[in-house]
Amino acid sequence: MLNNKNLSTYLLVTPQTLIFVLFLVLPIIAIAIVSFWNFNGFAMTPGFTLSNYLGIFTSKVYLSTYLNTFKFAAIVWLICLLISYPVAYFLAFQIKSPQWQTIWFLICTVPFLTSNIIRMIAWIPFLGREGLLNQALMGLNLIDRPIEIFLFSDFAVVLAMVQLYCLFMIAPIFNSMVRIDRALVSAAEDLGSSSFQIQKEIILPLSAPGIAIGSIFVVTLVMGEFATMRLMSGGKSSSVGYLIKNQIDSLQYPMAAANAIVLLLLALIVVALILRTVDIRKQL
Amino acid sequence: MSSKIGRRTLLKTGLAAGATSIAAISCSPKQETSVNKSPTLITNKIKDVTLRFVGTGAAQNNDIRNQAEKDLGFKLQMRALSTGEVIQIGISQPKQYDIFDGEFFSLPLVFPSGNLQPIDVSRIKQFDKITPIFTTGELYSGAKVNTSQGTAPRKVMFVKNQDSTEFSQEPTNWATMIPYQYGADTLGYRPDLVGRKIESWAELFNPEFKGRTSLLDIPSIGIMDAAMVLESQGLMTFRDKGNMTKEELDKVTQILIDRKQDGHFRAFWKTFDESVNFMASGEVVVQSMWSPAVTAVKARGLPCIYAPLKEGYRGWGGGLGISKNLSGIELDAAYEYLNWVADGWIGGFLSRQGYYSSTPENARKFMKPEEWDFWYEGKPAATEIVDPYGEKIESKGAVRDGGSFEKRVANITCWNSFMQEQVYLVYKWTEFIVA
Repeated sequence: MLNNKNLSTYLLVTPQTLIFVLFLVLPIIAIAIVSFWNFNGFAMTPGFTLSNYLGIFTSKVYLSTYLNTFKFAAIVWLICLLISYPVAYFLAFQIKSPQWQTIWFLICTVPFLTSNIIRMIAWIPFLGREGLLNQALMGLNLIDRPIEIFLFSDFAVVLAMVQLYCLFMIAPIFNSMVRIDRALVSAAEDLGSSSFQIQKEIILPLSAPGIAIGSIFVVTLVMGEFATMRLMSGGKSSSVGYLIKNQIDSLQYPMAAANAIVLLLLALIVVALILRTVDIRKQL
Repeated sequence: MSSKIGRRTLLKTGLAAGATSIAAISCSPKQETSVNKSPTLITNKIKDVTLRFVGTGAAQNNDIRNQAEKDLGFKLQMRALSTGEVIQIGISQPKQYDIFDGEFFSLPLVFPSGNLQPIDVSRIKQFDKITPIFTTGELYSGAKVNTSQGTAPRKVMFVKNQDSTEFSQEPTNWATMIPYQYGADTLGYRPDLVGRKIESWAELFNPEFKGRTSLLDIPSIGIMDAAMVLESQGLMTFRDKGNMTKEELDKVTQILIDRKQDGHFRAFWKTFDESVNFMASGEVVVQSMWSPAVTAVKARGLPCIYAPLKEGYRGWGGGLGISKNLSGIELDAAYEYLNWVADGWIGGFLSRQGYYSSTPENARKFMKPEEWDFWYEGKPAATEIVDPYGEKIESKGAVRDGGSFEKRVANITCWNSFMQEQVYLVYKWTEFIVA
């Protein structure tokens, strides 16, 4: 029998469950169904075919698109981690007053108050052949002609993605770090630990859940990217997200759906691997 | 056609059904108007009609809407989307629009869906004023455009009869769309950075411009520009550039990939403003371009030429189709709008940004003589030339690139196209982009 407490629990989870089922589960099921449909070059017809999936796994083009997506996810993740960890450490340990911690953290978020498309486009006049950076370097006589790989290159894509997604890494790591009991650090210092040992034995393991959450954010965001990839590479590089967009634009819904499902599964596998390595429940 | 079955079955099958139909119903505010339809009220009620449009940016425009509402007395609801989105909605969401403002090359996809009703040509009063580019395809005897390749509007302009979705190669009384705008696309370049004249498509792949060229990244159009280049370089010949075979697509893609890996392209563009920025910032000195983009570069005070090339232009045409859901008073309103379009105001408006009117004689009535001379006759501008919004784009004495209407349109040698191998084309294009 339902007692009051049980009933209120059910009532509390109802809105969230409804939203999940209606706007997440059902659409994904619909996408999964369509991914098995036939496509005749003009339109899709219901049916059951594996050709949409076989196409993905047997094509060099699609496989290299997937590899490219993973390559960017890995590079962006690594750079975000290398930037975010020290930043979070600085915020959590070097700034003593909680008030100032909050203020500094808010300052980190300021660039994120503008639309991410704007933040991305802003790089273009900065990095271009006749952009500010090249002009400055030439003005200082450091180079004698513009460096072209600043823009419309893999470099530009990584740069923009790191800038767009770094905060998603900083925030959870910072959150983990502020919860670390300072007594542990003091005790380690008293016992003569070097600062490297303190990092390795205390701070890194205890901030691991934050790193894991940040990694999930960054990796899944980059894996689903298509706008940054297109704009910053000048359309010279592709990701699975961009592939899906092109297929939708050409009305090839079943193929786009199959790619969406494969991408979803791959993202879930990555998330599962991260969760296996780190127990993020420690965080909660 | 299978897309019809596909869509209906989609609505019935699967869990998507609920969500889709709810969206369709809630997005269709016409319910009330079509309920109390009675012949006696028709004349009074046409001003209560709201026609909902779906189309690309060019004509989904507030100035056009305001003028049409003023002249016609009923309401228009415009919606500007990308070419791809317009086709998608045209096919899969017929309840979202009353008037389909699309490109002719999309008709082999959209019309067989049965979502558009054939238009009764006898109800378009000025139909005889429509340029033969759309009806017979014969501009004047001997013009290159008469035998142009690709999805030329004449090939998809008419259907066999009122209940048919099969295209007729001869004019009939039943039109798929009423044309209103079209243009001739070519390469644009910066004469100050190139330093000489560009007169052939082959120049796009000239090693001289390595790292400073761009191609447009819309697979079905980009591939045709590439085909123009390869043909003029003498590297390939095509039976029909607008309907390439798999082997031809393989070969074009391979050459494109070689060029790309050689660093020949600076970037690829997908939207109008990207092409303007590439050109204005000097990232790119020669690229495939659209007419208003050239105008926009010039408006920034930079020289830009929309090059007349000896191999001819790639043409495109846009028109208006009527949803099969319209009947009675709403259908009357739709025909009134089409008649208004043929009447010429909109043609005058769009001509000022470098497009052409499907009823040039009528558009002429809405243009100053010196504007007509500049845009259509290829004569030097007798006064300053302004765009549709009154901004100056050409000084006195300037001549339109490529010259007169007759010269430019007659030299359209292929049209934007829908290819039989569309799936393979998108696949090969992806290969090119990823390479």
